[in-house]
Amino acid sequence: MSGGAGTPVSEQAGLPREGEHGALSAGKAVSFSPKALARFEKLLTRYPTKQAALLPTLWIAQEELGWISREAVDYVASLLGLSPAFVWGVTTFYTMYNRAPVGKHLIQFCTSISCHLAGAEEVFAECRKRLGDLKPGETTADGRFTVIEVECLAQCDKAPAVMVNDDDCAIITKENLEQFLGGLK
Amino acid sequence: MSAMWPAGYEPVLLARVSRPDSRSIDGYLADGGYASWKKVLAGIATGEWTPAKVTEMVKASALRGRGGAGFPCGLKWTFVPPKEKRGNKPVYLLCNADESEPGTFKDRVFIEKDPHQILEGMMLASFALGVKHAYLYIRGEMVHGAEILNAAVDEAYQKGLLGKNVLGSGIDLDITIHRGAGAYIGGEEPALTESLEEKRGHPRVKPPFPAVSGVWAAPTIVNNVETLCCVKHIVDRGADWFKGYGRNEKNTGPKLFCISGHVERPGVYEAPMGIPFMELLALAGGVKGGRKLKAVIPGGSSAPMLTAAEVANMPLDFDGVAAAKSMLGSAAIIVMDETADIPKAVTNISKFYAHESCGQCTPCREGTPWLNKMLKRLVNGQGKRQDIDLLLQISGQMGNGMTICVFADAAIAPVISGITKFRAEFEAYLAKAASPDFALSAPSDVTKKVAERMAEGIHC
Repeated sequence: MSGGAGTPVSEQAGLPREGEHGALSAGKAVSFSPKALARFEKLLTRYPTKQAALLPTLWIAQEELGWISREAVDYVASLLGLSPAFVWGVTTFYTMYNRAPVGKHLIQFCTSISCHLAGAEEVFAECRKRLGDLKPGETTADGRFTVIEVECLAQCDKAPAVMVNDDDCAIITKENLEQFLGGLK
Repeated sequence: MSAMWPAGYEPVLLARVSRPDSRSIDGYLADGGYASWKKVLAGIATGEWTPAKVTEMVKASALRGRGGAGFPCGLKWTFVPPKEKRGNKPVYLLCNADESEPGTFKDRVFIEKDPHQILEGMMLASFALGVKHAYLYIRGEMVHGAEILNAAVDEAYQKGLLGKNVLGSGIDLDITIHRGAGAYIGGEEPALTESLEEKRGHPRVKPPFPAVSGVWAAPTIVNNVETLCCVKHIVDRGADWFKGYGRNEKNTGPKLFCISGHVERPGVYEAPMGIPFMELLALAGGVKGGRKLKAVIPGGSSAPMLTAAEVANMPLDFDGVAAAKSMLGSAAIIVMDETADIPKAVTNISKFYAHESCGQCTPCREGTPWLNKMLKRLVNGQGKRQDIDLLLQISGQMGNGMTICVFADAAIAPVISGITKFRAEFEAYLAKAASPDFALSAPSDVTKKVAERMAEGIHC
């Protein structure tokens, strides 16, 4: 272990140095497609400050790239005139920006109170078991499924509620789980 | 679809939602939509309509905010500083569609089925407040809801109902849909303004309130989706008509109720403010499987839990639920039958708050996971005899002004009410706990003190 007197604490601990942030690297530089850039330019007309477009710009980045990598953070920061550390701080505050690649189907189980009363935790556990004993947040080896637990999806009348990527799925139970998973190609 | 309102009741808020073309602007116009917006714009030149008139109507209607706090909407609007005080700063309207309180799913219905109703409410409120750019903050998970709203906004621009000099009235108005990215705390007003800016959704110290200094340090009125829909109907039909709904002068209007949990037909129901809980339960088909009612959370997971006896004669309005020492909140009613395990339900709710605490204030950041950890330990059969008192003690050190926002108060309400009202169930877990020398201690002074303060309607 290097270090000792005079060495910054962050280097001793292997932490990001000043001006860096903790995002995972995708190993390649990123930039928006012309279509995404056009969307970004349009966004800027909707806010009194450029920086206010950060959340929607991160959404564009995630749609384009699938997740928010270190390079995506740097790129979005440069577009908006913000520091990468600030952008990363915002990214990590919200749960929906993926900080690592996810499977083709991101299965999001709600386990909040109404879904809990409908047995959501058991369905969540059963689903992970059927996909090869996945831990929450893990992706299957073939890259098809990532299973996570989320808080209330505002679909409490359809408990247990699930979202797959952007789509709402109603009343997923142990009984129809097989059929539900089979429907995800 | 079974009736989503009482027999003989004419729905107002849900009137259009089951029509096949309920989303499109043509369908909305065909049903008389935007008549109020056009009426108001046309009446500017003649002096028939002024911003003050709309505000006065909303005040006279006694409309209380539908997002959770039940604050009088018209009064809130008057908190915007007058022009001579705010100088060149614009006024913003921020429609709160960050529907995230566990048990709440009413705004979703407007968003997905009748988006123009929301937009017309936003237009009328913007006129009353002198707003030139209104924002709607929709929660990140409602991806399709955001698409529907964006399409509706585009339609409104195409019909000339938004933009510069709307219908030749001299009024400029833009509406932008802003999608969040997953954070319950975003629903808290100042946190929502932070999140509309480029920031982490951290609550701000109040005052200043958003009405004085909100987004981009400009006066900002934050109103819930349903509140703004009510504004549209008030301008349509008048304050007296609105006051015709409800038990008394302070609890008025048609109201949406979300009912979920152990009921036969969970869903969003419309009824006059003040409908008795038992009537609403019957409308939802009663308790699932005809089982016995055990407990009810009347206003989203932040509302203290009530027993079956406490809800037996309770009217569902702000003051009716407050009289039962809970709150109507977002009117998200979670029903638990005799099979419900209260300690497990409380543990589940505590997980939500531990996950969603924004982390700014120590009592909340540290307290919420601590409560969750202890509750998990208890329901897993590893509780210690002092745990029940300790849960109450920690709760007592988190709420009532210890933190910037009321999130901590929300987090402790289910814990305190659950333990106070269903203590025997928690004790049963302790009795089953592993320790062989386990013996229940008598409730301590802490428990007695908490029980007394609960009876006064104070969380701790």
